[in-house]
Amino acid sequence: MAQFEVENLKAWYGDKQVLMDVSVSLPAQGVTAIIGPSGCGKSTFIRCLNRMHELVIGARMEGEIRLGGEDIMAPAVDPVLLRRRVGMVFQRPNPFPTMTIRQNVLSGLTLTGRLKRSEADEIVEKALGDAALWDEVKDRLNTPGAGLSGGQQQRLCIARCLAVEPDVLLMDEPCSALDPIATARIEELIAQLRERLTVVIVTHNMQQAARVSDRTAFFLMGELVELSETNTLFTQPADQRTEDYITGRFR
Amino acid sequence: MNHRIADRILVVVCFVGLFLPLACLVALLGDVMWDGVARIDWSFLTSYPSRHADKAGLLPGLVGSLFLVLLTGLICIPLGVGAAIYLQEYGQDSRLSRFIAINIGSLAGVPSVIYGLLGLGIFVRTFGLGRSLIAGAATLALLVLPIVVIASIEALRAVPGTLREAALGLGATRWQVIRHVVLPAALPSILTGCILSMSRAVGETAPLIVVGALTFVTFLPDGIDAPFTALPIQIYNWVSRPQAGFENTAAGGIVILLGLLLILNLGAVLLRAKLSKDR
Ligand SMILES: Nc1ncnc2c1ncn2[C@@H]1O[C@H](COP(=O)(O)OP(=O)(O)OP(=O)(O)O)[C@@H](O)[C@H]1O
Ligand SMILES: [Mg+2]
Repeated sequence: MAQFEVENLKAWYGDKQVLMDVSVSLPAQGVTAIIGPSGCGKSTFIRCLNRMHELVIGARMEGEIRLGGEDIMAPAVDPVLLRRRVGMVFQRPNPFPTMTIRQNVLSGLTLTGRLKRSEADEIVEKALGDAALWDEVKDRLNTPGAGLSGGQQQRLCIARCLAVEPDVLLMDEPCSALDPIATARIEELIAQLRERLTVVIVTHNMQQAARVSDRTAFFLMGELVELSETNTLFTQPADQRTEDYITGRFR
Repeated sequence: MNHRIADRILVVVCFVGLFLPLACLVALLGDVMWDGVARIDWSFLTSYPSRHADKAGLLPGLVGSLFLVLLTGLICIPLGVGAAIYLQEYGQDSRLSRFIAINIGSLAGVPSVIYGLLGLGIFVRTFGLGRSLIAGAATLALLVLPIVVIASIEALRAVPGTLREAALGLGATRWQVIRHVVLPAALPSILTGCILSMSRAVGETAPLIVVGALTFVTFLPDGIDAPFTALPIQIYNWVSRPQAGFENTAAGGIVILLGLLLILNLGAVLLRAKLSKDR
């Protein structure tokens, strides 16, 4: 677990600025949800947190982000190493199609040449167990990861992240491609993971934010409007714009 | 009712459009087969050319062509795939490499005899390789390089960006992502492109004539710097002989060449099917 401190974060795609001046502190404990209308910069924001943003051609970012007190934008910081501490789960499940389930789980370690063979079995079982997938796939670890259902694939992607033992898990609309049952399983999983990991989840679904998160941040047009306890934000928002959005009055 | 008739007419036109060229092709192949198959036997494959049509064989051409493909592949595939990886995976943010990637297609359209002249100028003369196998292979490699690059770029481009993101998000470096995620996913298409470009190289005649392949060879190449001939050259030589009997010999050569091409293409199809089934 580690705390994020973000100060004056600005981000651009080419000439287009999409994060205006975001300052926020995301505590290490618990789950932070990020909500806001489409295109307001939610994905961009969390992609800044593990410096994936700068991989987009023409994209850049400015400001200060500290993770557990360490400045992760400093020139000396290797973004590759940072991303091993800050894992990411994407909107569409994206297991590696050329790999088996087992290879997918281990991929974070094999890709980077850090896998010790003797530990592989243990890591696979633990990561799949933590992702609540072990029982469903333990008999077919050597079949292709792409052969699983969408919900299982997404949990496989979570297991793949967990195997690298990150401090933080960023999730960008992890359930938006899943049916309600698969969604419920992922939400249960988040409830378990919050004990050991800092979780930041982007969601379009306000009920989901209310169910899984401790705090909720509301973004609007590249600005952070409000960050409050989830309960407070949904019952007594401090900002009129937040209220308009959550009550659906937002244009 | 009216558009039904229009539909019918279109189908008929399309069918004729398909049938005519196909019929010509079949007739041509049939004719060659008719003349050539009778000429093919073991000694045809294992003898050297001769002044007598019924004794002439195409061993040097066959061996030369096989060596040529092998060398061409060795030169061209690593270069072409490497260039594609650079252009597609690393060079995206540089204007120069985007310019190159766009224009590489035009290189594939340059007439092959021009590549022959280039090979003659660079490999045979400037590098002093002489009229050797390696000079021929290098020239053919130049010729098919754009094809390999384009096929590989297409294959790399077809790998979804979400996979790259997933791997980068796990803390892999760019090269690790390419080596372990992108290349394996693109491999079937890359290999198919490579094999097809090799089959293009096997059939080329003009650049080899310019580079100086021999037309009457009674020995096998004993090294990459040896003089050589190739199947299409041998066939060309036989076709242009006035003596009776050589047209059958030429037809036999053509059948063998077509067989070689068929094997290469079949290899590409099978390889692709196998690799994409393995996942
Ligand atoms: N690769 C890109 N190139 C250019 N502009 C982009 C790119 N990605 C996003 N944008 C723009 O940046 C803005 C913020 O996008 P972002 O993806 O962060 O929004 P979001 O809040 O995640 O939206 P959604 O809820 O639809 O996922 C949008 O206006 C979008 O058009
Ligand atoms: Mg988004």
